[in-house]
Amino acid sequence: MKTGFSVFLAAFVALGASWFGLVYAPLQQLGRAQQTVILHSTDVWPPQRTGDVTLGLQVYRASGCVACHTMQVRQTGMANEITLTDLKDHPATDFKEFLKSLMIAPPLDACSNGILANLDHWDGKVPVTLYSGDDGSVVAALADKLKPAGVKTVTGVLTSGPDLARGWGLRQSVAADYLYDQPVQLGNLRAGPDLSLIGIRAPDLNWHLQHLYAPRSLVKGSTMPAFRFLFELRKQVDGKSSPDALVLPPEFAPAAGLEVVPTAEARHLAAYLVSLQASAPLYEAPFTPVTAAK
Amino acid sequence: MNQSGNNTASANEIDASCRVPLLALFGGAALWLVLGLALGFAAAMSFHAPDLFAACSCLTYGHAQAAANDLLLYGFTLPAALGVVLWIFARLSQAPLALPIVPIVAANLWHLGVLIGTVAILMGDSTGHAWLEYPRESAVLLFAAFLLIAVSAVATMGFRSNRDLYPSHWFLFAALLWFAWTYSTANLFLLSAHPPRGVVQAIIGWWFANNILFVGLALLGIGIAFYFLPKFSGRPLPGTDYVLLAFLTLVFFGAWCGVPQGAPVPAWLPAVSAFAAMLSLLPVLAVTIVVWNIGRGAGVKCFGGPLCFIKFGILSFVATGFLYLISSCPSASRVLDFTWFGFGLSQWQLLGFMGMILFGAIYEILPRIMHRDLPFPRLTQASYFCFGIGVLVYVLPLMIGGVVQGIKLGDPSVPFADVGALVLLFIRASSLGQIGLLLGALCLLLNVLVLTAQWKLGLLKIVIAAVKAPLSASAGAPGSTSAGSPLSTSGEVKS
Repeated sequence: MKTGFSVFLAAFVALGASWFGLVYAPLQQLGRAQQTVILHSTDVWPPQRTGDVTLGLQVYRASGCVACHTMQVRQTGMANEITLTDLKDHPATDFKEFLKSLMIAPPLDACSNGILANLDHWDGKVPVTLYSGDDGSVVAALADKLKPAGVKTVTGVLTSGPDLARGWGLRQSVAADYLYDQPVQLGNLRAGPDLSLIGIRAPDLNWHLQHLYAPRSLVKGSTMPAFRFLFELRKQVDGKSSPDALVLPPEFAPAAGLEVVPTAEARHLAAYLVSLQASAPLYEAPFTPVTAAK
Repeated sequence: MNQSGNNTASANEIDASCRVPLLALFGGAALWLVLGLALGFAAAMSFHAPDLFAACSCLTYGHAQAAANDLLLYGFTLPAALGVVLWIFARLSQAPLALPIVPIVAANLWHLGVLIGTVAILMGDSTGHAWLEYPRESAVLLFAAFLLIAVSAVATMGFRSNRDLYPSHWFLFAALLWFAWTYSTANLFLLSAHPPRGVVQAIIGWWFANNILFVGLALLGIGIAFYFLPKFSGRPLPGTDYVLLAFLTLVFFGAWCGVPQGAPVPAWLPAVSAFAAMLSLLPVLAVTIVVWNIGRGAGVKCFGGPLCFIKFGILSFVATGFLYLISSCPSASRVLDFTWFGFGLSQWQLLGFMGMILFGAIYEILPRIMHRDLPFPRLTQASYFCFGIGVLVYVLPLMIGGVVQGIKLGDPSVPFADVGALVLLFIRASSLGQIGLLLGALCLLLNVLVLTAQWKLGLLKIVIAAVKAPLSASAGAPGSTSAGSPLSTSGEVKS
């Protein structure tokens, strides 16, 4: 490091390498991403956004919502599961013997102890989980072999993690979820809850409008600031509320003769929030929707 | 500094050449710091009274906090650091500042850019990318101003009389390249008419934030500290081996950190970042060893003087460096991500590390470039204690609260509202620290403003004397007759 040029060269190579790795390479890998097909379906993901939702994203950006809300769900575990739901007429002991006979061939032989141990104290009640683990081929093989025997099984991919247990998501967030976001606002602080699935958790537009106007009228102890500047306080016409006016509980309602009407921005923002429904199983984030498994 | 030759300028000449550019940079920076801290305080008020700014869109949390963050980074840290870089380069070169008019223009462009950006954020025109909230016009101004200052700085470095480079040169020169490259890349990609599709935007944002807040600030802060620490403690840098190791590992490994673990991106990106974070412990360790060797047994007392600021700053670098890197390893990030920990850490980096080092440097440089003492020398100590205690009272509750929040969020049986209520106590406690910070920043602002006012008053007196001179004295003196007021001020300014 005797000359200015050598310092320049070292810094240039160092930063250039990281530019190449963390800017150029991701651009090559993800920069031309297209819609993907939803697992076990012909629908594509993410769905095209409607106009008011697209405008709502800009209200989300302009209001700085990203300061307190993330839009990324993390998943800590995933399991392939097969559950026996119906034995038909077979007695439980026969089923156990049959299952034991299946355990000779791969891939089942590797996990035969685990599967049989699950049934050690089994008294024939269904449903019972036969296998739950990383290996999808075990589940596929078991389902394949049990089908001709006439018993019914249900297979599924179960996702788990604190975020999912809170109901903030059905699966982890993946790159494909943000294809149409401009700007992409993942957020890095959860002063408020994650919003990836808010459209399913709170599907009512009017709930969102009231929540934006007076958060504490719906969520007790909420720390969210009220966004009253997105609403218009105006006089009622002929003493009657307009159809658009918010229906507020008395302690949050404006003075008599006045009404609270959402502006276009508030409506767009609410439409955007309701549109946030990261609920599609994808190749890189598979899961079996709970409703289908039951 | 005891070389003498025709090329070397005296320390007085060098300091005088830096006077106006540095005043412009420092004055604006001090003002933005006070404003940024005030906006941060206003934002935190949302956690005391959530309906306080319900009808005022300007000061809603999302606006005020983003504007405050950017004011701390672009308003205070970068212009103040660039001013210190100019002075250090001039001193190390033993030459007056090259092209002194350029940084004066640049400083004003820079402050204009910050003003436009701040107003835009408060009006809801933020770009939505963390640390890059300023809109395009403001980013262009900042970048142009930066290039102008960098030209002057590099030219000054080029005119050095001693061709050998001092370690501070490496760090500060690399920092100039760092800002130019990362800021232009991030803005060109994210604020262009055709930004990259999807999550690549977030990846570029993380790359930028890491390279500014971690590597960029580290280069600037360490470069400045390695200039002042040996001077203040009267001991040379203990060997350049560790310093060189710190520099090379910082630029080569530090630049790859930043992608959070578990981010919704291809898995190789967080993996690379976690590995780089582990390797980046090397520069932090090397800096710790160097600082330990300078400080050990030096026995120099500082009671709230510039040395205290620099010491506090470099210790903050070591602490924040370790915490930053540890929090990027997968097991820690599972708890700490999405909590107040990261927010507290970045505030500590900006205020406790860079802020303190810049305070020390400014208090040291100001009397030298102005050739007069600070108007309120006692306020130096006051600002040290207010700002130092303020930083710790501000960030420590946030970071501890963040750990608590992370543990509680990881347990789904704890309702989210309960987590929020628990964390609220920590956030409210941290507001006390913001008051301390604000007081400390006001002390700096007062010193800088009064010093500037005194100097301008002095100029005015000279001008008035020059205007009056031909009337009272004999009209035969040819030089004094042409001394009209605007010309003579600019002449005075350049000297």
